[in-house]
Amino acid sequence: MTYTGWFIEQFGQGLGWFLANLTLILAIAFPVMVGVAMAVYADRKIWAAMQMRRGPNVVGPFGLLQTFADAAKLFLKETIIPTGASQGVFLLAPMISFTLALVVWAVMPFDAGMVLADLNVGLLYVFAVSSMGVYGIIMSGWASNSKYAFLGGLRSAAQMVSYEVSMGFILVAVMMYAQSLNLSDIVMSQKGNVLGVLNGNIFNPLLFPMAIMFFITALAETNRPPFDLPEAEAELVAGYQVEYSSMSFALFFLGEYANILFMCALIPTLFLGGWLPPLDLPFLYIIPGFVWFLAKMAFMFFVFAWVKATVPRYRYDQLMRLGWKVFLPLSLFWVVVVSGWLMFTGHFAIAPGAV
Amino acid sequence: MTALIRSAKSLLLLEFVSGMWLTLRYFFRPKATLNYPYEKGPVSPRFRGEHALRRYPNGEERCIACKLCEAVCPAQAITIEAEPRADGSRRTTRYDIDMTKCIYCGLCQEACPVDAIVETPNFEFATETREELIYTKDKLLLNGEKWERAIAANIAADSEYR
Repeated sequence: MTYTGWFIEQFGQGLGWFLANLTLILAIAFPVMVGVAMAVYADRKIWAAMQMRRGPNVVGPFGLLQTFADAAKLFLKETIIPTGASQGVFLLAPMISFTLALVVWAVMPFDAGMVLADLNVGLLYVFAVSSMGVYGIIMSGWASNSKYAFLGGLRSAAQMVSYEVSMGFILVAVMMYAQSLNLSDIVMSQKGNVLGVLNGNIFNPLLFPMAIMFFITALAETNRPPFDLPEAEAELVAGYQVEYSSMSFALFFLGEYANILFMCALIPTLFLGGWLPPLDLPFLYIIPGFVWFLAKMAFMFFVFAWVKATVPRYRYDQLMRLGWKVFLPLSLFWVVVVSGWLMFTGHFAIAPGAV
Repeated sequence: MTALIRSAKSLLLLEFVSGMWLTLRYFFRPKATLNYPYEKGPVSPRFRGEHALRRYPNGEERCIACKLCEAVCPAQAITIEAEPRADGSRRTTRYDIDMTKCIYCGLCQEACPVDAIVETPNFEFATETREELIYTKDKLLLNGEKWERAIAANIAADSEYR
């Protein structure tokens, strides 16, 4: 009997379904929140280590509780709403950012069958929800009634819109290989897809450049350095977050890191073979897929933090140049190359349900 | 041709990869920072920290109220009042240092003919109020008792350069 089935039997059709999904949602949302706290800590630790510093090491063992201490501090502070701000929108904006960052996890497959909503348009859903994230930022920038917040919001909006275009093209290439928008199907399509032994699109020479481009685009989408222009501390103090304090700030912060974590989960799903081990060898399947998935996620997060420690921030025009004049033509060209290759090798003919 | 090489380099992210490699090597290097409250950096014998008034081994205070330190102090942080003691020796009745004025230049210990006023290696004397930073003679003598061993060691270590 399925998990939902058991609940429906116990509590009836409506309530059982509701309770089953509620528990499942909490089972995802709660670990994600803890993961976010650990990600913030890991980020600071890795960043510190690359600058030969120690990073947080006082609160709790090895400083593991640092993020919780910070969160408690923020929680106890006063929420200040600027006099000139549009109050409703001002408070709604961080909620939108945070909610969308959590909602997007619904379609993420953590293991074979371990997914809350096994949508057949999962990738489209991810794309739709992550594009909506820009609303929270625009609203906060506008509602703050501050020039710094406004500029930060505008920058962020322009940045996200620009990079979503090339991101779409990269996803098209992955979709053509997998011939599905369902994330679980995309993962399964990577099983032994290169030389029959390597699991993961990244090992495919045609998709490797796409993986790199997707990674850079993901950095831009999540406002991570070197593309953290919306919150450029030097010029914009903190961009769209500048007027926020207390929990409303914390929600932005959590939402941002939840998005980063999601990107760290999405890249393995699309390119590194999700919950599959890197090599398609039977003994590697002894380790549960969930562990492989988490390990890949942790690795991706390390790379995110690594990049943050390495590169300086882009200038705004360079960012736009990279998005529109490099990534867009490059990804478009590569989509043509990939589709041409797939047509040449007759990939589409063998697809299930192909005409 | 150079433009071609340049664009090929930027397309292959060569600079980026070499930068990443550098930071990865730094990631495994030993940390440069000290775990401060538990670990402390080395302190020179000439370090000029919190002030102290010293005593002779027999317990007699060294200061003879010559007021050279008060005169030399560029920040005018030292206030001394003196009168003869019952046994006829010249001693201070008041020896105040305003630590909020002090610039830790060390001229007072340079000027002192009897090594009475010295600066200890202690740099951890932060307080919560300004009033606590106005040091009286009692406080300075107490510091001298507390830090005598370190002060004596520092003076011995530095003696050959004096």
